[in-house]
Amino acid sequence: MPVSTTHSRLVYDALKACGIRLISALPETWLVHLIRMAEDDPEMTLVRLAKEEEGVGISAGAHLAGVPSAMLMQNHGFLASINGIVSCAQLYRIPLLMLISHRGEFGERDPWQTEGGAVTEDLLRTLRIPFSYLDDPARVSHRIRKAQTLAYSSNKPVALLLCRDLMWEE
Amino acid sequence: MKRIDALRAIYDRLENRVVVTIMGAVAAELQSIGHRPNFFYLQHAMGLASSMGLGIALTRPDKDVVVLDGDGSVLMNLGGLTTLARYRPTNLVHVVFDNESLLSVGGFPTATSTGSDLAGIAAAAGVPHTATVRDVEGFARAVDQAIAARELATIVAKVDAVGPSGYVTDLALLENRFQFQRFLKHVDAGAAR
Repeated sequence: MPVSTTHSRLVYDALKACGIRLISALPETWLVHLIRMAEDDPEMTLVRLAKEEEGVGISAGAHLAGVPSAMLMQNHGFLASINGIVSCAQLYRIPLLMLISHRGEFGERDPWQTEGGAVTEDLLRTLRIPFSYLDDPARVSHRIRKAQTLAYSSNKPVALLLCRDLMWEE
Repeated sequence: MKRIDALRAIYDRLENRVVVTIMGAVAAELQSIGHRPNFFYLQHAMGLASSMGLGIALTRPDKDVVVLDGDGSVLMNLGGLTTLARYRPTNLVHVVFDNESLLSVGGFPTATSTGSDLAGIAAAAGVPHTATVRDVEGFARAVDQAIAARELATIVAKVDAVGPSGYVTDLALLENRFQFQRFLKHVDAGAAR
């Protein structure tokens, strides 16, 4: 499977370095290594979800309980989570670190992913969620750290888009 | 059974536990009995109160958590029951007040009014202990049993579709949120048992 183990490890180690101790996730192809890393890590609580919106509530609970968390999801999972993001995380000022696999961008071969990819960034802007891209391994660590810093200083959701150039080896 | 009578019957058990409620009548009625800093009212995001409770229960095993949910909210996140059951925290009691309606928006009937059985759904999802209760004494007894058993429980309390005349209280949402977070930060391990 050409999902990059090396770059998944970079992302995972950066999350750990930010103090993330709970990850909620719903599997998709690009996330498989990250989810396995969380599963194999005794210091990490991994919560496997039925639907991504649950992760917003779980992260909100973890945050109020004092534990930093992150959500791993596909952009279609982000679409499925929007009510929770608005009416839980934004309404209650919850710092929410969302790592969203940016399917449907240039290079996408799966026809069913192409609509979601075309609306993800506009929806993040409309929701006024600050976001950046994880596309260059050299920048992964500090972008994740900066995203987490902003999430905590603003008490708001932030998003990082996991891009094909980082996650997929062709 | 009236929900407020059920709440009164277990109020002393809630005083020292971490409590997450849904919006609407549950939040307003619990506040009318007496707000405490360890009570959080999720005033929107229907379905996610049980997910918040799960997030707290998993990250703070030293605390006992009670979620006060409702039929309309649970029906919006039935998958969440499978996630609760999957991790089955022993420090979480999930109460569902089932009035078979969406009371706060005019009382439209939910699917529990036509036979959908939330305790049965929870049991089938894998929640180890479930019960449906129809009177205040049975409710208090079921909650006590669930607390004593120290395993994940979903207790469905069938209640009348009546509630307070209004739902907005003088407790601001963010005031509640930061007070609750501060409570969880400063309470000594074990003190919220």
